[in-house]
Amino acid sequence: MSADMLQGLTIADARDRMRAGDLRATDIAEAAIEAVEGARALNAVVHDTFEIARTQAAAADDVLRARGADAPDLCGIPLGIKDLFCTEGVPSQAGSRILEGFRPEYESTVTRQLWDQGAVMVGKLNMDEFAMGSSNETSTYGDAVNPWKAGEGDAALTPGGSSGGSAAAVAADLVLGATGTDTGGSIRQPAAFTGIVGLKPTYGRCSRWGIVAFASSLDQAGPMTKTVRDAAILGRAMMGHDPQDSTSADRAVPDLEAMLDGDVRGKVIGVPKEYRLDGMPGEIEALWAEGRRMLADAGAELRDITLPHTKYALPAYYVIAPAEASSNLARYDGVRYGRRAALDQGDGVTEMYEKTRAEGFGDEVQRRVMVGTYVLSAGFYDAYYNRARRVRTLIKKDFEDVFADGVDAILTPATPSAAFPLGSASGDPVQMYLNDVFTVTVNLAGLPGISVPAGLDARGLPLGLQLVGRPWEEGELLNLASAVEERAGFVARPRRWW
Amino acid sequence: MLDLTYPAPAPKVIQGAKEDWELVIGLEVHAQVASKAKLFSGASTAFGAEPNSNVSFVDAAMPGMLPVINEFCVEQAVRTGLGLKAEINLASAFDRKNYFYPDLPQGYQISQLYHPIVGEGEVLVEMGDGTARTVRIERIHLEQDAGKSIHDMDPTLSFVDLNRTGVALMEIVSRPDIRGPEEAAAYVAKLRQIMRYLGTCDGNMQNGNLRADVNVSVCRPGDYERYQETQEFSHLGTRCEIKNMNSLRFIQAAIEHEARRQIAILEDGGAVVQETRLYDPNRGETRSMRSKEEAHDYRYFPDPDLLPLEIEQGWVDAIASALPELPDEKKARLMAEYGIKDYDASVLTADAESAAFFEAVAKGRDGKQAANWVINDLFGRLKADETALADSPVSAAQLGGILDLIGSDKISGKIAKELFEIVWTEGGDPASIVDERGMAQVTDTGAIDAALDEIIAANPAQVEKAGTNPKLAGWFVGQVMKATGGKANPKAVNEAVRRKLA
Repeated sequence: MSADMLQGLTIADARDRMRAGDLRATDIAEAAIEAVEGARALNAVVHDTFEIARTQAAAADDVLRARGADAPDLCGIPLGIKDLFCTEGVPSQAGSRILEGFRPEYESTVTRQLWDQGAVMVGKLNMDEFAMGSSNETSTYGDAVNPWKAGEGDAALTPGGSSGGSAAAVAADLVLGATGTDTGGSIRQPAAFTGIVGLKPTYGRCSRWGIVAFASSLDQAGPMTKTVRDAAILGRAMMGHDPQDSTSADRAVPDLEAMLDGDVRGKVIGVPKEYRLDGMPGEIEALWAEGRRMLADAGAELRDITLPHTKYALPAYYVIAPAEASSNLARYDGVRYGRRAALDQGDGVTEMYEKTRAEGFGDEVQRRVMVGTYVLSAGFYDAYYNRARRVRTLIKKDFEDVFADGVDAILTPATPSAAFPLGSASGDPVQMYLNDVFTVTVNLAGLPGISVPAGLDARGLPLGLQLVGRPWEEGELLNLASAVEERAGFVARPRRWW
Repeated sequence: MLDLTYPAPAPKVIQGAKEDWELVIGLEVHAQVASKAKLFSGASTAFGAEPNSNVSFVDAAMPGMLPVINEFCVEQAVRTGLGLKAEINLASAFDRKNYFYPDLPQGYQISQLYHPIVGEGEVLVEMGDGTARTVRIERIHLEQDAGKSIHDMDPTLSFVDLNRTGVALMEIVSRPDIRGPEEAAAYVAKLRQIMRYLGTCDGNMQNGNLRADVNVSVCRPGDYERYQETQEFSHLGTRCEIKNMNSLRFIQAAIEHEARRQIAILEDGGAVVQETRLYDPNRGETRSMRSKEEAHDYRYFPDPDLLPLEIEQGWVDAIASALPELPDEKKARLMAEYGIKDYDASVLTADAESAAFFEAVAKGRDGKQAANWVINDLFGRLKADETALADSPVSAAQLGGILDLIGSDKISGKIAKELFEIVWTEGGDPASIVDERGMAQVTDTGAIDAALDEIIAANPAQVEKAGTNPKLAGWFVGQVMKATGGKANPKAVNEAVRRKLA
């Protein structure tokens, strides 16, 4: 079986062909394994789970034989799982050295739901350490590499982050879909950088139980796929109420795929003027204009809107997210699981904490833990954390106001640039944080957002558009995204160099 | 509405070397919620389990684990709040209190700093001498307990037991209304009594299910009144907090010692340093644990894993309407309904079981007599035998039966004590025992006269003396009682003696 079999294969196609008996899950699984083994240069898959994949695929074939067209959507579909998800008996390190050797005794709710449908786990995917990063360069496993290149022999590019391994694995056809998580743009930015679709659902749609926490009030799992339809299929399987997560919403999840009728006539699409940044590359500006044209062509009404507090979003995000992270990461102390530093004679518990955390956490994680500790400390709490929370409320209200005025969704660029070379921005945290400028507002407001590949820049690198929807309206959002997808006709694939 | 009203006790005055000082005390009482499961994890709370056996993934702070509030614990906090006549906050929220400690796996304790579930209330603390202090409650919040570090099992290692980690606590915070060591102990005892009535905390201090942090300061007479008028803390002295005390006796001793320590510093011209101290019961002194400068910066912030806790007024009302009668109300009612003394009512309402036992005995009978029998005979006997009321060999029905026999003059008080002893050791129906063993008192004047006649006939000398010495009548009464085995009705015997010797 050739790895080429996965080239351009979508979840929807594979599902339909498996249900029809034209394709076997075991064969797709072998193709995926071969593809992963042939793509080590991308460093996308950091823990192979081939034996699990083979067992799951064989079981999926049994279900497919028995149930045929009634088999669940994801039955036999090979997926990659971001390392942030706890998977039972499988290394789950959140891209961090401090979780070295940790194999959970439990399965995250989201992945449990996937396996319950018969999905197949090929491996755990690379990511920025604890999902803190926008380039996959903070990972303990080393950089994940974007399958796209600007030209022959050119520098390796970042796949984006933090779900960089997920983006690279899907874009390089190693798997048919991947799970990601998005705290400030970690699904949408890498999706845009690799020419795939990335959906961040409404906060509370997917259970956070069993997903290593970065910033609990912002973290949300979502699908990363080749097409909007696949995002609907995989997304629906990931969503749903979980009583083990108090912030999970007790709401029914509709059949998202069935809502993809492509009819967006009369929908009102807001275009926020605050997202037009000084110094934004002309190509991004042009892409955005093209997106407006495509939606207008599909019959939607474009409307200029204002989201006045947008400029405060990034600073507020970089107070709230580190604050929560500083507390969430306190549990990594080398005592109960993961890595413990070697101690010297006479070292006590304090030295154990200090040494373990000093060598277990990378620089970016340490920076955010320190920032978070600072903004929560006595005397600074009101000036930073409380002010950031007030800003967050205002940002949320900005969106509520435009939705109340009849806007159905908002169109923005997904990122301020195309993928950049690995190593080019990692020395400057603020430069790196600017990657999230279009995406963090969505997390702060808890809204659903999707990144859709919509064009290429002059060097032939993919660019994405972002659509932001009303809370719980992922179906409508995906339908709008499908209208963009259809008109963008994005068919470019990375040239295979790995 | 029956109400108990008492004058306030005088504040305790300590004579220093130079002048008089008063105490100002506020308490933070940590009461473990009587719940089988922890506050945010399903793990068991059973006491005395093997170390680290009652630990869920959430308690051990495994990656990706999330807390889910235990509704039963919320209900117990609301019940406790209602029992302390406190305001119930329909909207409250959980915050994280961040600090590193080996027995706190999450690196933070989930508590309620900014929005506690229960607001202001009050507790009437009777001192047993006819006075009572009304102590205002500032708040009650729910929080997680920490685990236990054990330092004395190994010379170089410390051990950690996480069984207690995540167990639900109610922290009950008082205003600085307490004015002496005895009041402080009585306040904790009263909270314990109320919570036991409510069933929200078992009050077992030895197991650490009820602990107190005590804030103590001293001031000169008059300063406290100035504080009361203005609510300005500047009128009061600098306070020290004595942590984690789990005995009423230690609380009193620690406060007494701490107050004297502070007075000595002040009279020497020094200043009290605000700090956290520990009481060492072996040495009978407190020592510094950490100063204000070393105090943790807990970096409280709202826990993003938990939604704000919203409860319905209707739910609170339903809990309120199902509350049991509480100690103050019960005491006032028993005094009014059964005509018993304040002290007896206090003893009988110390716990709900005693009160229920008493009422079962007293119903339709002489309340005062029932109180005497329950307190002196039954409780006295239970105490001597170290037996719990629940295991009492004499039931309320049996004791009531004994009282009925006294009331109908079937037995004398003296025989009743014997009867009580028989019922205690052998059991059985008191009336049947009296009949079977011929213990009924003889009121039949014929039988008494016959016995007396015999005695008169056999003791002519005594009869003669009795003519000049009326006191000898008592000798005849005694002889008759002896002859009838104590069963003769003493009144009837006296009557007969007077009649025959006249």
